[in-house]
Amino acid sequence: MMSVSRRKFLGWLGAAGAGVISGGAANAASNKHFKGYPDSLGVLHDTTLCVGCRSCEAACNKVNALPAPQQDFTDTTVLERKRRTDSAAFTVVNRFKQSESDKQPVFVKKQCNHCLEPACASVCFVGAFKKSPQGAVIYDESVCVGCRYCMIACPFEIPAYEYDKALTPRVVKCTMCHPRVLEGKLPGCVEACPKEALLFGDRDKLIKAARKRIERFPERYVDHIYGEHEMGGTSWLYLSGSSFEQIGMREDLGVTPAPKFTEGILGAVPVVAGLWPVLLTGIYAVSKRKDKVAQEEQSQAVSEAVTQAESQADAKLKKALALAKKEKEMAVKKEVKKALDKATLAKKEAKKKAQEEATDAEK
Amino acid sequence: MSEEAVLNTNPITPPAQSLYTPFNVVAGIILIVGFIVTILRFTGGLGAVTNLNDNYPWGIWIGFDLLAGVALAAGGFVTSAAVYIFGMKRYHSAVRPAILTGFLGYALVVIALHYDVGRPWRLPYPFIAQQGTTSILFEVAACVALYLTVLFIEFSPAAMEWLGLRRARNIVIKLTMVLTIFGVILSTLHQSSLGAMFLIAPSKLHPLWYSSHLPVYFFISSIIAGLSMVIFESSLSHRYFAHKMDQTHLDEKEGVAFGFAKAAALVLFGYFAIKVVGIAMDNNWHYLTTGYGAWFLVEMLGFVALPCFLYAVGAREKNLNLIKWTSALAVLGIVLNRLNICVIAFNYHLPSDEKYVPHWMEIAISLFVVTLGVVAFRFIVTRMPILYAHPDYQEEH
Amino acid sequence: MEFYTLQEFLTYTKGIAYLLIVAILVSVTGFWLFLTDRDED
Repeated sequence: MMSVSRRKFLGWLGAAGAGVISGGAANAASNKHFKGYPDSLGVLHDTTLCVGCRSCEAACNKVNALPAPQQDFTDTTVLERKRRTDSAAFTVVNRFKQSESDKQPVFVKKQCNHCLEPACASVCFVGAFKKSPQGAVIYDESVCVGCRYCMIACPFEIPAYEYDKALTPRVVKCTMCHPRVLEGKLPGCVEACPKEALLFGDRDKLIKAARKRIERFPERYVDHIYGEHEMGGTSWLYLSGSSFEQIGMREDLGVTPAPKFTEGILGAVPVVAGLWPVLLTGIYAVSKRKDKVAQEEQSQAVSEAVTQAESQADAKLKKALALAKKEKEMAVKKEVKKALDKATLAKKEAKKKAQEEATDAEK
Repeated sequence: MSEEAVLNTNPITPPAQSLYTPFNVVAGIILIVGFIVTILRFTGGLGAVTNLNDNYPWGIWIGFDLLAGVALAAGGFVTSAAVYIFGMKRYHSAVRPAILTGFLGYALVVIALHYDVGRPWRLPYPFIAQQGTTSILFEVAACVALYLTVLFIEFSPAAMEWLGLRRARNIVIKLTMVLTIFGVILSTLHQSSLGAMFLIAPSKLHPLWYSSHLPVYFFISSIIAGLSMVIFESSLSHRYFAHKMDQTHLDEKEGVAFGFAKAAALVLFGYFAIKVVGIAMDNNWHYLTTGYGAWFLVEMLGFVALPCFLYAVGAREKNLNLIKWTSALAVLGIVLNRLNICVIAFNYHLPSDEKYVPHWMEIAISLFVVTLGVVAFRFIVTRMPILYAHPDYQEEH
Repeated sequence: MEFYTLQEFLTYTKGIAYLLIVAILVSVTGFWLFLTDRDED
């Protein structure tokens, strides 16, 4: 089966190349449903079979050459507290008890679920995460800036960071043993599991197998395959005997693929870029026009005021001139009259004088 | 020559002061501590100086330095849009200080990011190595990089007037309109996108803060932050740099405060309204009676509704003092909102002992970055024509 | 081109959208100049 997957991989490469050359039909419509890569691989984790031996953790540590743990992998006291993945452990097994005296606790393996539409890939601004056609979500260390947005985005709280490295910190997480799978080998954890609680294979076939188990043993399983639809589906699938919430897996994540959450706002970006210049220059033109009108009105009012003032001044001047003329005339008349009066008086006096002289001569 | 001209317009130049003023001593201590922590950060890694962990990859360096920092630097685009696009010329003297505050704000955000990301020398990678076009952060990065450039060009005439580069200065002045419109587009995009960054994590951010309206909330609240920062910065400037202000600036100052307070009151009203609508849309009323609900109400009533009312009273009664204090309250409210979303209400499902509390060295770096900003602001306003029009270029304003 | 995942599809379409944004912003500036350069003021 493993060698088959390798052949398939080469086949996909060829198909992809042919697809590029022939162009193919572009997917455009917004109601288009993307089904994921065909024949993509996954793992089914049947938690009812897990005995919490931590063999998978040991194998993972070895395969990925991770630092040796503080407590040995055979030490089950680490199961006392709930753990998450970190920079030294790509997978952890947790124990869940219904009560303190519970004789049959449930063990659950936790690692990257390898989403069909990964949130980490959606948010990475250098595209460091990619969903491979084989199923693994793989990380490219050579472009990672270390913003850790992937860790914010992951709904399963999986990616961890090498906070202690000063110059070369990386985001780390399970790779679903992508290099081993390409070589035709099983993932380390699957190979190491002594109880067949982990099953590796074609995801579609795993879903069918899981359904069959639920049908055959309805009292053993809850009727739900965790990962079939969660966050748009994951390559890792889970079966459980009790509700998934009780074994530390969130049931409130919904079925929306992560890229859908930001698809709308990403679509709004070019709209803003296209319409804002129009809107803003429009507002600018309106306010400029308003300024111009106001300015024109002002200058008109000023010129009107000036003409009015001018005509007023003119009228005043004319009036004053007229007055002055009148006054002048009056003055002239007065002077003339004065002169005339004086002349008449002189005449009269001269006459009187002449008469007196005449009378004097007769005597 | 221009230095002389400036001196001539300011007969009351401050007397030469001792180097050991309270400001210099406090700023000096913060800068020294920040310098030491910087060395620790780049030799020991993030783990050596922060309390960040795998559940909390983002702490106050993102919540405060990036999210609040970018919001508080919105004064530049708000003021230049009001004056140059909406034609409110009576606020013209507020443009240069607002652009300077914005430019320094964005520059400091970028500096702070160098501390936070794992490999800061790779910060240009989204543009030169590989484009993650589906990431909201890609858009934020592109917009912040471009807008920092725009702000630098918008600020440059002040520096060119100071240096006497008349021709270059006149070329840039001709670009004012284009730069302003560009600034508004870029600001609309990245201010809203900072909120949109959290759209990807509905299962981690508390429902009272998570909403599909997050981008709108962030954009609207950035306008509040911008308006409030202009009032806040102007009241501080008036207190410490009054001798640098020319008559126009002093005459317009009160009008700016009253006008901006009125605008901020109105925008706060709208912001409050859409936040309430958001609760109704997602039917989150029942969360209001929980502990997180009480905290949400503190934010909404104490830091949105209250400043809205106080701004309105201040604008009605022409109470400059009330407006000043309200601007500080509104700024705090924006900081609180960003910290709530990034840190406090994030991972609300985790038990309280797994919650993140910042390391003192994280706070030291945040203070260091803010102090850098204040020192740079002081350096620039005491030298360049920010709070006054340069006498050689007065007629062209 | 065929896309198997929404993520692939969005990476492709948003890449084009970003190129379009650049084209839009450059061309709108030119268009504005074309529209107004004969105005008297």
